[in-house]
Amino acid sequence: MKNLESYISDKVRDVPRSGIRDFFEIVAERKDVISLSIGEPDFVAPWHVREATAYAVTNGATSYTANLGMLELRQEVSTYIKDKFKLSYNPAKEILITVGASEAIDLALRALLNPGDEVLYHEPCYVSYAPVISMAHGIPVLVETNVKNNFMLRASDLEKKITEKTKVLMLNFPTNPTGATLSHDVAKELAEFAVKHDLVVITDEIYSELTYDEDRISVANFPGMQERTIFIHGMSKAWAMTGYRIGYACAPNVLIEAMMKIHQYTIMCAPVLSQKAAIEALKNGDVHVAKMRDEYHRRRNYIIAELNEMGIPCHTPEGAFYVFPDISKFGMSSKDFCMKFLNEYDVACVPGTAFGASGEGFMRCSYATAFESIKIAMKRLRHFIADIS
Amino acid sequence: MDELLKILKSNALETNEDIAKMMGISEAEVIARKKEYEDSGIILGYQAILNEDKLDTDLVQAIIGVKITPVKDGGFDNIARCISNFDEVENCYLVSGNFDLIAVLRASNLKGVARFVSEKLSMLDGVISVETHFMLKVYKDKGILATEEALDERLKVSP
Ligand SMILES: Cc1ncc(COP(=O)(O)O)c(C=O)c1O
Repeated sequence: MKNLESYISDKVRDVPRSGIRDFFEIVAERKDVISLSIGEPDFVAPWHVREATAYAVTNGATSYTANLGMLELRQEVSTYIKDKFKLSYNPAKEILITVGASEAIDLALRALLNPGDEVLYHEPCYVSYAPVISMAHGIPVLVETNVKNNFMLRASDLEKKITEKTKVLMLNFPTNPTGATLSHDVAKELAEFAVKHDLVVITDEIYSELTYDEDRISVANFPGMQERTIFIHGMSKAWAMTGYRIGYACAPNVLIEAMMKIHQYTIMCAPVLSQKAAIEALKNGDVHVAKMRDEYHRRRNYIIAELNEMGIPCHTPEGAFYVFPDISKFGMSSKDFCMKFLNEYDVACVPGTAFGASGEGFMRCSYATAFESIKIAMKRLRHFIADIS
Repeated sequence: MDELLKILKSNALETNEDIAKMMGISEAEVIARKKEYEDSGIILGYQAILNEDKLDTDLVQAIIGVKITPVKDGGFDNIARCISNFDEVENCYLVSGNFDLIAVLRASNLKGVARFVSEKLSMLDGVISVETHFMLKVYKDKGILATEEALDERLKVSP
């Protein structure tokens, strides 16, 4: 047999290793590290959700479900989206339950893209976007956001990158890793841009429950948008249910049908127990979500106040559970800074470059970590910058 | 509930400085607002929450259901206040259902509870009957589980 490497498809071979994996391997080997590098809640799923899962399995919920997901869950999703986002989706044909938002993103791209179609996405961003676009045979076209705009995406930046090949605009606000959210005006501007160029918009709203200062706003709310938007959300972040792997897509029926075609042949359906758990979470989980949001809010305020005192510039992120301080003034690359901090003070933060080249000069600190650990981490950061200043 | 109270309820030892940072207000304001709550009797005190099962004491706790006859003017309040005044009584509530009052009692041993119930509580004017439940084990107190929580099994770095 030839070298096995040569059997791997060009597409897959060309996808670079995730920068975050490199960092993971370094951190995983070390003991007693305080990790501000974790992109999932430090809370366990609320007890009522865990209890409902146990009840479901005890009562024999072990079969496949409808490809689209259980109707009861789609109804709960529909009610929730209507309630929180003022958007109406028909649970019978405009909602698809997926294995995490991750699957929904993949399905959306694969359902839409022909080879060579271009997808506009903003960086710094979640590590999966560019690779998933590539693997769906699209061309990822990155648009940088910067701290001057509080990491909001502006239509003027998008205009510079649009071509006849542009088909899709991908958005993620609140953003991983910057915590950026869209102001009403900027959301409107992006919506108008999408309508003007007749693009399909994939909006990853996985952090939308975790916004702290203003009401949530989605681009899907603006005129002419719902008909061209695939709205993606899920249970992972705000409900602390990452391991359950439940996400969903809401979109016009034609798009859901197309995504469903891939889903039914590759996945069949999301796990039934997780769907049952998600029903319980959406029905009775509001108080728990609110409690966790309050806690994240306190931690965010604390970290921002600490960074301010240390003189490390950081925009105040309005959402998600990340802060993205500017560490460029210390004269090291993000990677060197994070490695040195890890080696000398046993605190792990992710170098901004793991989220795209435009993350150079920044690092991501997740505050999905117990408050006591955050306090220690901030004390150590103080010592560290005193050492290197 | 007010943010400051939420924070203090989850950890009363949080420093004023850290609370100020969490709330985005000044330390002086935290101190002033704490004092206001203390002065107005909304904050009654600050205590450690102990897992007494782990302390090697013979301390006994009992939950006592009490039926009483309300009296004119005072209603249930007079007798409830009278019961609450005993040092052994740690909590006392007016409740709906089979009993009128529930009192939580602490004594240094079984005899202490027996003595309190037979010699003090039952003797009070207006007490019709008492029912004593000894506490055998604490699973949760003040919203905190007495058993150890699961370890953090998350990956140390994730996207
Ligand atoms: C922006 C963003 N989208 C999607 C996901 C994946 O979420 P899920 O667990 O629903 O697949 C993550 C997880 O980190 C994320 O940060």
